[in-house]
Amino acid sequence: MNILVCVKRVPDPAENEISVAPDGSDIRREDLVYSVNEWDNYAVEEALQIVEREGGSVTVVSMGPPEAEEIVRREMAMGANQGLLLSDAAFDGSDGLGTARILKAAVEKGAYDLVLTGAQADDGAAQVGGMLAALLDWPFASVVNRIEVMGNGTLRVGREIEGGSQEINDIEMPCVLSIQSGINEPRYVGIRGIRKVASVEIPVLGAAALGLPGDAVGAKGAKVRRIDYFVPEAGTGAEMLEGSIEEVADKIVELLKAKGGIR
Amino acid sequence: MTPGWLVLFALIPLTGIGCFTWIMVRRAAPLLRGAPDPRLDHIPQRILLVLKYWLAQWRQPRYFLAGVLHIVVFFGFLILAARSIQLVVLPFAPEFDLPHWYGIVKDIAASAVLVAVVILAVRRAFFKPARYAVPERYGKDHTPEALLVLGLIATLMVSEGLFEASAPGAHVTFATLPWLFRQALAGSGERLLGGVNLAAYTVHDLTFFFFLCFLPFGKHFHVITSLPNVFFMRLRKGSVKPVVHGMTDAQLDSLQSFGVKKFEDFTWKQMLDFYSCVDCGRCSDRCPANRVKRPLSPRFISIKARDHAFERYPAFGKHAADGKPLIGSIYGEDEIWSCTTCGACEEECPVGIEYIDKIVDLRRGLVDDGAVPQSLQKPLSAIEKRGNPWGKLEKNRAAWTTGIGNGGVKLVEKGQTAGTLYFVDSITSYDARMQKIAQATARVLGVCGIDFAVIGKDEKDSGHDVRRFGEEMLFQSLKEQNSEAIRASEAKKIVVSDPHALNALRNDYADMPPVQHVSEVIAEALDEGRLALRPLSDSRKTYTYHDPCYLGRHNGTYDAPRQAIDGIPGLRRVEMEGNCRDRSFCCGGGGLMLFYEPDEEQRMGVVRVQQARAAGADVIVTACPYCLTNIEDAIKVAGFEGQMEAIDLVELVASQLPETRGEA
Repeated sequence: MNILVCVKRVPDPAENEISVAPDGSDIRREDLVYSVNEWDNYAVEEALQIVEREGGSVTVVSMGPPEAEEIVRREMAMGANQGLLLSDAAFDGSDGLGTARILKAAVEKGAYDLVLTGAQADDGAAQVGGMLAALLDWPFASVVNRIEVMGNGTLRVGREIEGGSQEINDIEMPCVLSIQSGINEPRYVGIRGIRKVASVEIPVLGAAALGLPGDAVGAKGAKVRRIDYFVPEAGTGAEMLEGSIEEVADKIVELLKAKGGIR
Repeated sequence: MTPGWLVLFALIPLTGIGCFTWIMVRRAAPLLRGAPDPRLDHIPQRILLVLKYWLAQWRQPRYFLAGVLHIVVFFGFLILAARSIQLVVLPFAPEFDLPHWYGIVKDIAASAVLVAVVILAVRRAFFKPARYAVPERYGKDHTPEALLVLGLIATLMVSEGLFEASAPGAHVTFATLPWLFRQALAGSGERLLGGVNLAAYTVHDLTFFFFLCFLPFGKHFHVITSLPNVFFMRLRKGSVKPVVHGMTDAQLDSLQSFGVKKFEDFTWKQMLDFYSCVDCGRCSDRCPANRVKRPLSPRFISIKARDHAFERYPAFGKHAADGKPLIGSIYGEDEIWSCTTCGACEEECPVGIEYIDKIVDLRRGLVDDGAVPQSLQKPLSAIEKRGNPWGKLEKNRAAWTTGIGNGGVKLVEKGQTAGTLYFVDSITSYDARMQKIAQATARVLGVCGIDFAVIGKDEKDSGHDVRRFGEEMLFQSLKEQNSEAIRASEAKKIVVSDPHALNALRNDYADMPPVQHVSEVIAEALDEGRLALRPLSDSRKTYTYHDPCYLGRHNGTYDAPRQAIDGIPGLRRVEMEGNCRDRSFCCGGGGLMLFYEPDEEQRMGVVRVQQARAAGADVIVTACPYCLTNIEDAIKVAGFEGQMEAIDLVELVASQLPETRGEA
């Protein structure tokens, strides 16, 4: 099975102190360090595990600035067979639909049975996976937390639904799945792993190579524009309960009963 | 003696020695395949170790009854060795005699050994000390093996005594075993005496050689291996073995595989450790992870590997083919991550078995295979990218210095230099609570008249626990960056407030200026009269000192912190007797252990707080930011909030500085 996993380079909150720039246009970027989006890491791990069981190959693709190469390389250190970087000045400022168009062009250049994305990105809107499936006219399942290969081109996938319940669907390949964190335990990649793939060539494809018209992607093609970034003002209503553990517990029960939380 | 008997008495030793040689050659096979570890350095120091730990049985009395009884049996064996040799050759060289005084000594020794063996057997069979129990997941009880060996030793003593007692004209020492037998045999005919004599000799000869050949099949292998094991003991505490001995850091990239994954990846010395395990359970009895029911028992790290070695490399029959990965067959991942590297096990082991290096080597293998617990991956990645496990900004590393009076703290990042460098490390630089330790250290150093500077943004995590969690390459990178920054600071001396940083800079880094813990600086200043502390205004509280593992056990600094605390007039200090100094109980572990989510029934910190409580203490003084973190949490978990408190030594000292008005 040939699997393509779409990954994104993001500033991870566990490695950064995120704050909003004074003009509200963006977060402060000057002291950021970047890594692979956490959900995407689960998607790559899942692809690797499927291929370990079923055979095939895993390709990792990222659309982003030239620096996104580092995260493609990191995922190759995890064990992905190929890496692909979609990078072009014309891609800058793409909205979700633009990103999905760029990824669609990359999917069509290969022969993939399955495309995985993360369920969402730390700095994203959880939209690219669904749009990519629609553009490809492939079936899509979101927030997938279990994948079982059934044979005859079908996957049985578990989805997390509201309230922690589980839903099981069969889905025909080729298809797109967006992967929920916790589906597996992604393997660790250290400096040693990265060094082992340091000299691997990662092809870079731009708009021309992907056959994308300049006005369909990037800032020009974007139909969604960010207006503002701000930290909401702290509201009122929070209440600190004081007293001994027993007293606090009693008060919580009282409050929950009063607000209809428990009967 | 008829020729028939002579042939038998020649055959028994020849067969015994033949078998024993064969078994030993087979036992040596895995060691020859093990990784290298050059340990023929510092011979005089090694001889001293043998004299102290092997001959003088230094660590035995730490468990008093078992220890004293072992010493009796040990010296009994040493004394009786000459007699045993004499007995073996006796049928062929009847004139070979030992001095008269030796006869007296060996009669006493044999009697003492028999008494000790009886007590040991009763203890094993009826009193069953808890540390000998074998939890179900580790297999069957080991009592039968212990009793069998005690039985063999008793047989040797009794048969030797009977032989002596029944020999015509032989001298027996008054009130010893042979003397008792002589009394019992008094009046027996010559024929009976001759029969007893021959039977006793035969039984002794057979038992002796059976026992010799039985030794390499179980825990009594230590009778043979403990001497070399102690001779080859680790000389430097606090250090961690290199990934591969004899390989430079730069060569590490060329390695196909890292760390220990299969049995043959262990060094020959690590294998010798497994052979030498006495199964005495002292390591696990002192292991904090075992105590709080984490899935780790150092004793079984050894026993499981020894049994694995015996199975793969049997004494008779073919060696098994390539071994399975150790993780998943004899060890579990959680077992290997459970260790805090506190060193309590190594401090206790009477035969000098090392555990930390094995745990680190196994972790290196796990890291190399990507099998790192999820809870540790983000902190490791943040350390790699930012130099601290929380992803805090580099430029805020010295933010704690704002608000310190007297012109603030000199910063190398601003081009300032000083004779002494205060290496702060991550937790003390960034954690809001632990920053108080940094501030207190700065004030105390100032009052002691020490001109010091702090690196600032170019200081990275010391990597102490990164290394001990098996991420050697990340450690190497941190070491290089810090070494560079320390050299650039031009400091002639380093002071730390974090014992983990102390241990890293002193024992993991190379060519660093001398490193001191702030408690040593304080003790020196008190000694030399450069520092005098104000009396406590509230002297109702009782204080106790908790030895941090990396200050105490790993670096031998026990007295300086106590001296510093006792330098405060009016302070009442008690010891957590039985759990202090080199028997200190780990707080729960530092560095990455703060992020690890162990499978345990209780927190180590809670056990420690209860020990302090039992000693009658209200205040636990520590000298490590991780200890403080864990103990402050544990006081809350244990339900002693408001009744007990924890404070760092340097905070306590800072509160009693002459010019300050605050009070602890």
